[in-house]
Amino acid sequence: MAMLSFERKYRVRGGTLLGGDLFDFWVGPFFVGFFGVVGMFFAVLGTALVIYGAAIGPTWNIWQINIAPPDVSYGLKLAPLKEGGLWQIITMCALGAFVSWALREVEICRKLGIGYHVPAAFGMAIFAYFTLVVIRPLLMGAWGYGFPYGILSHLDWVSNTGYQYLHFHYNPAHMLAVTFFFTTTLALAMHGGLILSSTNPKKGEIVKTPEHEDTFFRDTIGYSIGTLGVHRLGLFLALSAGFWSAVCIVISGPFWTQGWPEWWGWWLNLPVWR
Amino acid sequence: MRTVLAVGGAVIALFLTIAMFGGAGWTHPPMANEQTGFRGTGMDLIRTRAGNAELSAANVAPAPADPAEDGGQKASEVYENVQVLGDLSAEQFNRLMVSITEWVSPQQGCTYCHSTENMASDELYQKRVARRMLQMTQHINSTWKDKHVHEAGVTCYTCHRGNPVPANIWFDTPPPEAGRFIPRNNGQNLASANVGLTSLPYGVFDDYYARKDTPESVVRVNATTALPESKGKPIQDAEKTFAIMITMSQALGVNCTFCHNTRSIAQWDTSTPNRVHAWYGVQMVRDVNQDYMTPLTSVFPQVRLGPTGDAPKVSCATCHNGANKPLNGANVIGPYPSLAKPTVAINLPTGEAKSPIPGTDKPNPQPTPVR
Repeated sequence: MAMLSFERKYRVRGGTLLGGDLFDFWVGPFFVGFFGVVGMFFAVLGTALVIYGAAIGPTWNIWQINIAPPDVSYGLKLAPLKEGGLWQIITMCALGAFVSWALREVEICRKLGIGYHVPAAFGMAIFAYFTLVVIRPLLMGAWGYGFPYGILSHLDWVSNTGYQYLHFHYNPAHMLAVTFFFTTTLALAMHGGLILSSTNPKKGEIVKTPEHEDTFFRDTIGYSIGTLGVHRLGLFLALSAGFWSAVCIVISGPFWTQGWPEWWGWWLNLPVWR
Repeated sequence: MRTVLAVGGAVIALFLTIAMFGGAGWTHPPMANEQTGFRGTGMDLIRTRAGNAELSAANVAPAPADPAEDGGQKASEVYENVQVLGDLSAEQFNRLMVSITEWVSPQQGCTYCHSTENMASDELYQKRVARRMLQMTQHINSTWKDKHVHEAGVTCYTCHRGNPVPANIWFDTPPPEAGRFIPRNNGQNLASANVGLTSLPYGVFDDYYARKDTPESVVRVNATTALPESKGKPIQDAEKTFAIMITMSQALGVNCTFCHNTRSIAQWDTSTPNRVHAWYGVQMVRDVNQDYMTPLTSVFPQVRLGPTGDAPKVSCATCHNGANKPLNGANVIGPYPSLAKPTVAINLPTGEAKSPIPGTDKPNPQPTPVR
């Protein structure tokens, strides 16, 4: 693996959270670390269990393989392996692997002496998943409310869980989450486009600077958020999308049992126009 | 100026936040859910324990009256003008009359239907309607027993709940009027409680519940072929279907997954058995509306008729009142076997409609939305 001339000096010992020097080394381009090993353990075990679940299931069709959570009647207890217990162990493996990955990112940040923005951002994704398969099932009183692991089966779960509230698009947090997701892609596309436009001038012209980028946005919308600011904005939009996704599902059921359209009754009943 | 705007904006935001948290009717765990499909399909009845307790408390069946002697003279021999229940013994007949009073007109008493001068007289429209309603009850409990009401059956109380006019009735929807800014509202976008405050069309009962000959295809908007082979149904039809389905959810206090696996809503073999019950329920509603409610149009006085002059009609909510099993599924018909016999054909005196009982000439009670 080729290594840039300056790269070696950043590969320094120390900064680990757990395990000290034990796994403080690189394999090719990859930093290992204690959490790399733990993460690998959970990832391999979880994947093996998914394959085992497929093997004892009715199909090898990749679209239809389904690892379903236990029946609601098991509540918050452990279920037999073939009746949802597999789902429970795979969920633990997934969380173990995701958290290990985030902590491995933290260790790399510490080695480099940079902020924890990347692991924090990934943490929002883990939080959304944790909300789906742990927090909401805990509030609902059964692991059976987690979503099944399967390409089509998880989509069926999304469809049915949406229709549990008659029309999920009326869920206010879902509205915010969807808006943030779309805004994230819009912002990323505009930012990517802007950078490429200033670095790809006509043949013979020189590459333009951030001043040109700022001026483009000042001319179009009267304001430029700036070179650093646009990344703050991007992080905010993306994290908000994940955060409101988690909110929109955790309020569905534990804190709202009717159809989501009916939630808007409070707006219709405002004393201003009631 | 900026400060004023900022403070004003903050105050409005604060006010809306308080209204949203306080006014929306949020619930909280513990939950009392019920799984309706295979594990992991997300097919569940979502209810809180408190909401469930409240629902069953609001749907308690009244205790049946003490049984009466079977023997003795028949009601038709003792009383004049007993056309539907003449086969009962006089004692059983009186027992049923007392029960009906408790079920339908507990405040108004016997004279809600009966003339004080002559109990046998058909002078009051209420009595003529009541007779037809007795036949309807018999019809539901006999013809629709296996298909929809089963052992539980229905009595007057199932719909009336102590009200002379049941809370959840419907009338034909007047044609949409022009709004102030739009030429027509297309019969939608009113956040009607009937369709769960959605923007969907609100006058959907007219199309689906009024006539027995409503074609099967009227509610079905999904394509049945992989590629379009003819002009499909317009999006407005899909919205009407969604709207009628929401009324059904509201009426039964359930969500879509009580009957459907929404991965393919139309597919029967992935639906729950509840969908079969519901399908027969819809047929029953049409039957009852066409054969029992609509023919009473000339019997009811004007104040009991809808804005287009039509008779009150039934939907799922009329019996269910927000519970998937009316009156918690209690066997209400067992103690009243006379209401479960196949009904006899009778001459229905219509007569002129009038409402001579003081206090009954008020406009119809507004149907309360089912929660």
